[in-house]
Amino acid sequence: MSRITISGTGAVSPAGWGVAALMEMLRDGVKAECSTVERETSDGRAITSRVARVPALTDKGLLPKSPRLRRTSPIGKFAAAAAFEALGPVRLAAAQAGETRVAVICSLMNGCVNYSNRFFGEVLKDPAFASPILFPETVYNAPSSHLSAILGSMAPNDTLVGDAAEIFTALELATEWLLRGDCDLCVVVAPEEVDWLSAEAMGLRSREITPSEGAGAVVLERDGDGPVLLVIPDPVTYSEVPNRVEALKKLRAEFSEDDGATLLADGRMGIERIDAVENEVFADWKGPRISTKTLLGEALGASASLQLVAAVEMLKVGDAEKALVISLGGNEQAAGCLLGACWGGRGALNRGGRF
Amino acid sequence: MSASLNSQPVAYRSDQLPPTHARPVVITGAGIHTSMGGGWAENAEGFRAGRMAFREVDLFDVSRQRVGTAGQALMPDKPVISTLSKKQWDRMDRGTRMALTAAREALEQAGVSGALPIMVGTSAGAMPIGEAYYNQAVEGLSKRGQFFRVESYQPQRQMMAMASALGIHGPIRIISNACASGANAIGQAFQMVREGKAERVLAGGYDALSQLVFAGFDSLQALSPSGIPRPFDAARDGLAIGEGAGFVVVESLESAAARGAKPLAQIMAYAAATDIHHLTQPHPEGDAALITMSVATKMAGIEPGEIDYINSHGTGTPLNDIAEGRAIQRLAGADVSKIKVSSTKSAIGHLLGGAGSVESVICLMTLEGQWLPPSLNVREADEFCTFDLLRETRETTVNTVLTNSFGFGGANATLIFRKEVGA
Repeated sequence: MSRITISGTGAVSPAGWGVAALMEMLRDGVKAECSTVERETSDGRAITSRVARVPALTDKGLLPKSPRLRRTSPIGKFAAAAAFEALGPVRLAAAQAGETRVAVICSLMNGCVNYSNRFFGEVLKDPAFASPILFPETVYNAPSSHLSAILGSMAPNDTLVGDAAEIFTALELATEWLLRGDCDLCVVVAPEEVDWLSAEAMGLRSREITPSEGAGAVVLERDGDGPVLLVIPDPVTYSEVPNRVEALKKLRAEFSEDDGATLLADGRMGIERIDAVENEVFADWKGPRISTKTLLGEALGASASLQLVAAVEMLKVGDAEKALVISLGGNEQAAGCLLGACWGGRGALNRGGRF
Repeated sequence: MSASLNSQPVAYRSDQLPPTHARPVVITGAGIHTSMGGGWAENAEGFRAGRMAFREVDLFDVSRQRVGTAGQALMPDKPVISTLSKKQWDRMDRGTRMALTAAREALEQAGVSGALPIMVGTSAGAMPIGEAYYNQAVEGLSKRGQFFRVESYQPQRQMMAMASALGIHGPIRIISNACASGANAIGQAFQMVREGKAERVLAGGYDALSQLVFAGFDSLQALSPSGIPRPFDAARDGLAIGEGAGFVVVESLESAAARGAKPLAQIMAYAAATDIHHLTQPHPEGDAALITMSVATKMAGIEPGEIDYINSHGTGTPLNDIAEGRAIQRLAGADVSKIKVSSTKSAIGHLLGGAGSVESVICLMTLEGQWLPPSLNVREADEFCTFDLLRETRETTVNTVLTNSFGFGGANATLIFRKEVGA
């Protein structure tokens, strides 16, 4: 039987550009540095928001050279850096040479907020002078379009929009494409960018949230090297159940794993009121547990992708036999997936793991 | 008759992969809302009569835009469903109201409710609510209502509200591939049912007019200054924006037959590809469009000459129409003159994320009524139009139709429908 494996990971986060920076931050348990974004209202008041931003890119080699990325907003660069790290240079070259069909799925919650903000500001000022360069970059699928263009791949390319748990639908779609033979590899990437609009919006939910940004990416293929995708249950939409506790309980029931050896990569962010549902439903969890958002902040659709990347990396070095990744989205669904140890015996369990 | 069982979850399980054999897929219900009218009957009558439905935009300020008209739809100001309160209706954005109206018609015609996956295509979602959030934030006066706006501008929140109002529930997949989104939604629903991952799916697309998007297309000088789009005309000068929604119930033939539902058509094929030429411009030879049409005709098991009608993407922009025209020429070869083509965007404008699904419903109308809608406003057809460009409504035998949708970012999609239903 064909297995869907995760054969590459990529990450951009407040920890830095690359998976290594992400894992180092998680290992050290250091919280992302915060800065502030400031803007002025029309009546002259300054409003500041605390955010955890992705640091400036110092190693230009982490981004492929492409005219498509010259004008893109940060979200496009995050998506590209994470996706191409996940692919690696050999597979990128094979795709660009037309030897490999690489499909792209981008999952988003907020999308291209920087340019949308700027463009709409220009429209309100005077639409006759609104920039035609900005507008195309405001479209949800601009980041995924750039990826396919740089890859030189005409394979399917989709952008999915949902709440912070949307990446699991993207993974499920990727399995469809791979099993059908629509592509040889599928990159699933979930990027988000922060600016004052999104930062203030998150503050309306709780001032304790640290708005964040970044991207996590995984490469899926049939029977490749890497952890195996075991289960992606239907997301539990909130309209099906009376409350979020029931949604998460229903989701958890889809997985039998609680054997003490399964890693739980959850979506807690260290804020009691927001974490209460996950605390309640997984109070009895016996295995190891990581909560990446407690260090990285809330990056909306990107957060679950970074949880996923961290879980895959831990499986690769044998820190767990299986990993359960879950996300309790804000207004649509509870969703998750179960991953198994590396296919083909590579990355065998390392009891003396790093975490 | 009401069916509420979705026999299988859409989930992935490595030890329970879906069957490899494909099964026939049909459409058992369809709904539509556009500037032409509300519902199947008004739209079918309007397209058959060759009517145009553009009017002055009064939803936002267009006084500084080059163009002031669009395919703005008329919307009732009270709920279209008796179980929906006025407050719930008011909380829905304009696009969701259109989606609700079209989806309700599709579900009622199909006679289904309850648990079923929902596939939706949209490009802008509830953008006007996001615009309202921005306006109030910039003013900096008050946070009153802002949390609601933050939540409600998100399309998944709106689609959840729509699903609740319609009495359906299940996984929601929102595809945002710009102007191909609606076709992608129907196509992915088709694949899901075809491969046995679901018995039936509600699928469609929608988009409403919004200031940001209207100004965006104007900034690109993609809008026809006259407000009258002329797809395939030699002197075409741009598109007109429209708004609306189209939804269908996609169902296995087996399921439809078991509950005695009469199919409107069979979905024969779907194909998607990515045009990597440019973010906003198609490859001049229509390479990706050729791929999707070629793959789709092969999947449908037909030769291009057997296609009775192509509902083209046909925006009316100089670059789109020639690229699509070249792709049709390359697809059909010596048979190109037999292929009947028109663009219904000439009547209602470009519905962006809703275009592919609305045009799919129009295709279903042609199969049901045995007529083909015209491309309006063509004064002199461009020389690349070696196909049979329909400039007037044609009453003819229609059995197999193809619809194209192309979007910003290079999303290309083709669907093929057939009147005769069979294995």
